[in-house]
Amino acid sequence: MTFTQIFFYFLAGVIVAFSVLSVTTRRILRAAVYLLFVLMGTAAFYFMVNFFFLAAVQLIVYIGGIVVLIIFSVLLTSQINDRLDKPEMAKVVIGGLVAFGGLIISALTLWQYPFTASSAAEGDYSVAEIGRQLLNYGEGGYVLPFEVISILLLAAMVGAIIIAKRIKPKTDD
Amino acid sequence: MIEGVPLSHILVVSSIMFFVGVYGFVTRKNLLTMLISTELILNAVNINFVAFNRYLYPDKMEGHFFSLFIIAIAAAEAAVAIAIFISLYRNLKSIDVEDVDSLKH
Amino acid sequence: MPGLEHTILIPLIPFFAFLVIGLLNKTLSPKVAGMIGITGILASTILAYQVALGYFFSFGQVDGVFQKIIAYKTSWLQFTDSLVIEMGAILDPISAMMLVVITTVSSLVFIYSWGYMKGESGFSRFYAFLSLFSFSMLGLVLATNLFQMYMFWELVGVSSYLLIGFYYDKAAAVAASKKAFIVTRFADLGFLIGILLLSFHTGTFDFQLLTDPNGPAITSVGGATFMGLSVVSLSLLLIFIGGAGKSAMFPLHIWLPDAMEGPTPVSALIHAATMVVAGVYLVARLFPVFAFAAPEALEVVAYIGAFTALFAAVVACTQPDIKRVLAYSTMSQIGYMMLALGVSGFGEDGLGYTASMFHLFTHAFFKALLFLGAGSIIHAVHTNDIFKMGGLRKFMPITHITFLIACLAIAGIPPFAGFFSKDEILAAALVSNKLIFGVGFAVAGLTAFYMFRLYFMVFWNEAKIEGAPHESPSVMTIPLIILAIGSLVAGFVPFNELVTSNGSLLATELHWEVAAPSVAIGLIGIVVAMVMYRKASNLPSKLSSSLGGIYKAAYSKFYIDEVYMFVTKKVIFNLISRPIAWFDRNIIDAFMDMTAKMTNLVSEGIKEMQSGQLHYYAIYFASGAILFVVLMLWMR
Repeated sequence: MTFTQIFFYFLAGVIVAFSVLSVTTRRILRAAVYLLFVLMGTAAFYFMVNFFFLAAVQLIVYIGGIVVLIIFSVLLTSQINDRLDKPEMAKVVIGGLVAFGGLIISALTLWQYPFTASSAAEGDYSVAEIGRQLLNYGEGGYVLPFEVISILLLAAMVGAIIIAKRIKPKTDD
Repeated sequence: MIEGVPLSHILVVSSIMFFVGVYGFVTRKNLLTMLISTELILNAVNINFVAFNRYLYPDKMEGHFFSLFIIAIAAAEAAVAIAIFISLYRNLKSIDVEDVDSLKH
Repeated sequence: MPGLEHTILIPLIPFFAFLVIGLLNKTLSPKVAGMIGITGILASTILAYQVALGYFFSFGQVDGVFQKIIAYKTSWLQFTDSLVIEMGAILDPISAMMLVVITTVSSLVFIYSWGYMKGESGFSRFYAFLSLFSFSMLGLVLATNLFQMYMFWELVGVSSYLLIGFYYDKAAAVAASKKAFIVTRFADLGFLIGILLLSFHTGTFDFQLLTDPNGPAITSVGGATFMGLSVVSLSLLLIFIGGAGKSAMFPLHIWLPDAMEGPTPVSALIHAATMVVAGVYLVARLFPVFAFAAPEALEVVAYIGAFTALFAAVVACTQPDIKRVLAYSTMSQIGYMMLALGVSGFGEDGLGYTASMFHLFTHAFFKALLFLGAGSIIHAVHTNDIFKMGGLRKFMPITHITFLIACLAIAGIPPFAGFFSKDEILAAALVSNKLIFGVGFAVAGLTAFYMFRLYFMVFWNEAKIEGAPHESPSVMTIPLIILAIGSLVAGFVPFNELVTSNGSLLATELHWEVAAPSVAIGLIGIVVAMVMYRKASNLPSKLSSSLGGIYKAAYSKFYIDEVYMFVTKKVIFNLISRPIAWFDRNIIDAFMDMTAKMTNLVSEGIKEMQSGQLHYYAIYFASGAILFVVLMLWMR
C-alpha cells in the first residue's frame, strides 16, 4: 500500500467519522467544529487531486466564511453550555431508515457500475487557466454563470441585511 | 487521480457523507445544526463532481467549475439562512424548527 | 323581384314594434305602447293590402296563370356552397290571401284589445307579444323555403305560448301554455325530421323547386322507399304531423281547448283565425308534392281531417264553456279544411284545394268574429259558463246581431260566407270519397246545432245574470261590425279565379245538388237547437240522460286527455322515466358522489402530511426521491 493510498483512506475515515459526529453530538458548538474538520478533510482531498485553487477556495469560503458565520450565530442564539435535546426516537428511526436505505441503494449501484478511469493526460489546472476559462465568453467559457453567481451573491447580501435588520416597532412618540 | 484508489471508493465516501447529512437534517431540531447538515450534503456533492472530473475527464475542468459555483451558492445560502435564523430568534426566542410552522396555514 | 322588396317590411314592422315595446316596456306608458303596436300593425296591413291587391289584379298573372314570385331574398346562413339558408318573401295566391287574412284579423284584434285589455297590468307586454306573434305569422306565410318556415313556425309556437300564459299568476293558464308548447313541440319534431328527410332526398329547401311538378321532389318518387312507403310520402307524413300539431288535428288536438285560458282576443287571433290554420297552410304550400308524389299521404290528411271534424263537432255539442265550444268548433272547421285538401287533386280536379283555402279565408272572418263576440260577452258578464248566461240580446244588441251573423255564416246558411266555402268542400268530397262526404255532411248539421245551442243559451233563454250587463265600448264593437261585414261578403270573393292549385282559373259553379241538402241539414240543426234551448226547458237534460254514456263521453271530450295522462303519467313516467331517473340518481350521480367522497377521504387522510414541520417534509421528499431512484433502477 502506497503512502497516497494510506493517506486517502485515513482522510476518508476522518471525513466519515466527523460527519457522523457532527450530526449526532448534542453540543451545538462541537457540531460546528466537527463540520470544520469534515470541510478540512475535503479540502485535503482536493489537494490530493491537484485542484489547488478549489482547495484554497474551500478553505477560505467554507472554513473561513461559513463555519465562522455558523459559530458566530451559535454564540448569538444559544448558551455555550446548552445541550441539544435528544432527537425523537421516531425521527431517528425514520431518518435512519431513509438515510441507510438510500446509502445501501447508492452504494450497491456504485459497486456494480464498472467505472473505467480515463487515460487522458491531465489538463492545465493552474490559476491562470482557471481565470481564463471563468472569464471566457467563447465556447466552453463560464462568463455567464460567473456573472449570474455574482448577481446572486449581491442579492443574497442585500437580502441578508434586510432580513436580519431589526425592524423598529412603530410607536406614536 | 489518486494512485491506487478506485473511483467507487471516493464515491462511497461522498455517499456516506450525503446520507449522514440527510439523517442529520431529519433528526436535528435546531435550525443551525440543520444548516450544518445541509453543508454536509453540499460538500458530498462537491466531492462527487471533483472525483468525476479527475477520474473520467482529467483533461477538462467542468466538475471543478461546478464545485466552485456550488461553494459560492452555499455561501449565499448560508448568509441568507443565518439572517433568517437571527430574525426568527429575535421574534420567537428560539431557532427550533418545530416552532416554525405558521406557513402551513 | 324589383319593386316588391317592401313586401319584407310587412312582417318586419310588427317586429320593430315588438322590439320597441319590449325593450322600453318600463319607460313607455301603456297607452303609448298600445298605440305603437296598433300603428305598426295598421302600417303592415296597408302594405299587405297594397301588395296582395297588386298581386291579384296587376302583376301576379302571366298569361292568366298566377306565378310564384320571390319578392325578396337574401342568403342568411351560408354553410357551404350548396347548403345555404335563405330568408325571403314569396308571393303566390295563398300567401297573398294569408297576408290579407292575418293583417285584417290582427289589426282588428289589436284595436279590440285596446278596449278588452284596458286597465290590465300587462297591457304593454300584451301588445309586445301580439306584435311578436304577427311578425312570426307573417314571416311564416311569406317563407320562401322550408327552413325559414320552420323557424317562424317555432316563433309562432313561442308567441302562442307567451300569450296563452299571459296571466302567468293563474295556474291553469301556466299549465295550458306549457301543454300547448309541449304538444306542438312534440309534433314539430315530426316536422323537423320530415324537413330533413325531404330536403336530403330532394337537395333543396326551396318551395319553388320543391313544388315544381317537374322538379326533383316530384320526379324522385321512384327513389328510396322505407317500410313500404316512398321516402317522399314518409317525409310528407312527418311534415303533416307538424301541421297537425299546430292545427290541432286529432290526436294532437288536446292543447287547443286548454289554450282558451289566454285572453280572448288572443284566442280570436291565434287559436281561431291564424296560427291554427298554419297546418292547413303548410299542406297547401306543399300541395303539389302531396298530390303528385304522395297521394297516400294526402289520403291520410283527408281521413284525419274528417275524423277531427266529426269528433270535435260531437264534443262541441256538450261543452258548457263558451270559449271551449268555439275551440272545438275551430278544430272541427280546420278538420274541414284538411279534409278538403285531402280529397283534392291538382289542376282541373283542384276544387278541394280552392275550397279549403276559401274556407280558411271565410272561417277566419266568422271565427274571429265569434271569439271577439264571446270576448265581448265575457267582458260584460265575467263568466265563461253558458249555463250562467241567458237573455243577453236585450243588453248587448250589437254583439247579438254580429254573433248571429257569425253563427249563420258558420252554419252555412246563404248568403253568408260559410255557405259558399262549405258548399265547395262538400262538392269536392262528393266527387272523390263518399264516406268523407257523409262525415262532412253530418258535421255540417252538428255545426249548425252546437252553434245555435250556444247562441240561444247566451242570447235567449232566461236571464240568469244579476244586474244589467252593458254593451261593450265602441272600440270593441267596431271590429265586430267590420268582421260581420266581412262574414257577409267574404263568400262572394271569386276564389276559383284567384286561388287555385296550379294558378290558372278553375271552372266552378254552385252545386245545388250538394248545397240544398247541406242548407237543409243546417236549418234542421238550427231548429233543433231552437226547440231545445230557446226557452228554459228540461228537454236538453232528458236528451242527455237518454243518451247516457255517449253524452258523458262527449262531455268528457272522449277521455282523450285522460288517455294522454295515463300514457304519460302511468306508462311513460313509471316504465321509462322512473327507471332512467333511478339510474341517473343512483348510478350516474352516485358515481360522481363517490368520486367526490373518495377525494374527500383521501384528502382527509393525507391532510396531516401538511404539518408545517420541515422534518417531515424532508422525510417525504427524501423517501420519494429514493423510491424514484429505485423505480428507475428496477425499470432499467
